Amino acid sequence: MSTRTIAGTIFFSIVFAFFIFIALMMHPFGVLNESEMDDYIIDNTQEETGANNGVTSVVFDYRGFDTLGEATVLFTAVAGVIMLFRRLKND
Amino acid sequence: MIYNIPYIAVVGLILLGMYALVFKRNLIKMVIGITLIESGVNMFLITLGYRKESIAPIYTSSPGGIMSLPVPQALTLTSIVIGVAVTALMLSLVIHIYRHYGSLDAKNVRRLKE
Amino acid sequence: MTEMSKIVRTITNIAFPLSMIFGFYVIAHGHLTPGGGFQGGAVVASACAMVLVAFGSKWTIGKIKEKRLSVLESLGAIGFIGLALLGLVFGIAFFHNFLVGSDYLFGIIPATGSGLADINTAGVLPLMNFAVGIKVIAGLFVIVLVMAYAATSYKEDKK
Repeated sequence: MSTRTIAGTIFFSIVFAFFIFIALMMHPFGVLNESEMDDYIIDNTQEETGANNGVTSVVFDYRGFDTLGEATVLFTAVAGVIMLFRRLKND
Repeated sequence: MIYNIPYIAVVGLILLGMYALVFKRNLIKMVIGITLIESGVNMFLITLGYRKESIAPIYTSSPGGIMSLPVPQALTLTSIVIGVAVTALMLSLVIHIYRHYGSLDAKNVRRLKE
Repeated sequence: MTEMSKIVRTITNIAFPLSMIFGFYVIAHGHLTPGGGFQGGAVVASACAMVLVAFGSKWTIGKIKEKRLSVLESLGAIGFIGLALLGLVFGIAFFHNFLVGSDYLFGIIPATGSGLADINTAGVLPLMNFAVGIKVIAGLFVIVLVMAYAATSYKEDKK
């Protein structure tokens, strides 16, 4: 076996053990410690934004800058794909 | 310990993606491995925001009760769109590499070719 | 790619308008039910990709050129940033919701607690949903169209 396979197996087994240990030591599924920000958003989202959907009001009103960054990333990706498949007339 | 099954599913997805990324030599199989890792991370973000016996955070004709947290769901939306953009760019680069070198093996695409 | 058989083309002719109507419904009711700009945009883009697969790439390029789709995506991005800047002109801050509580267009505040609601609520959110929806439709459809057309034209050049 090549050195690449041996190094990959050692790295993979270390990561595997670490992840299994972490997954069994997390807090139980469904019990949260503190959630002040989300309690404020759930209680006041109908008066301040006027929307009945909590997720849309978080995406577009309380956290609008993240949506602006995501629109920029989508625009850059589409510009990159179109630029890579241009047909140059060099005959 | 039996109540941590969603976290074990997340770990299984990430490990499968890492196996495909480290041990395979075809370029398209590496792209599939990266997509699996992104799916595992998105699922981890959603399972962090669940309370016991809660409903969706929407007020239109809701049956009433405790609501789950809306902020991790909003961050997962952004993460999914960024994953789509990165996958599209990676596949375009793989198509260009195949046209220039003639093979999809990761061992043959090392040196600069004139 | 070449086109598919007659059964596939007939079913696509029936399923394409129904899919588009459902996608625009998901975009428009983003502030009342689960959905919004990104989710509805993905539904409409997959309906357009179904037309591309069933009718071949040469026919689809003949109908819609990619320059018009680029203009449509830029219009969506400009609309989104323009709505955010209008909050700076009329109100206080950059992303300020200046249509809630006023009696212009979308200004009714719903009653607290669960119940039915009407579309006339939630300020500037439905307009932002439409801008982001158009941007996502044009962006995802252009990616699929450019990759499909590049594959066929490379095969013809090699012959």
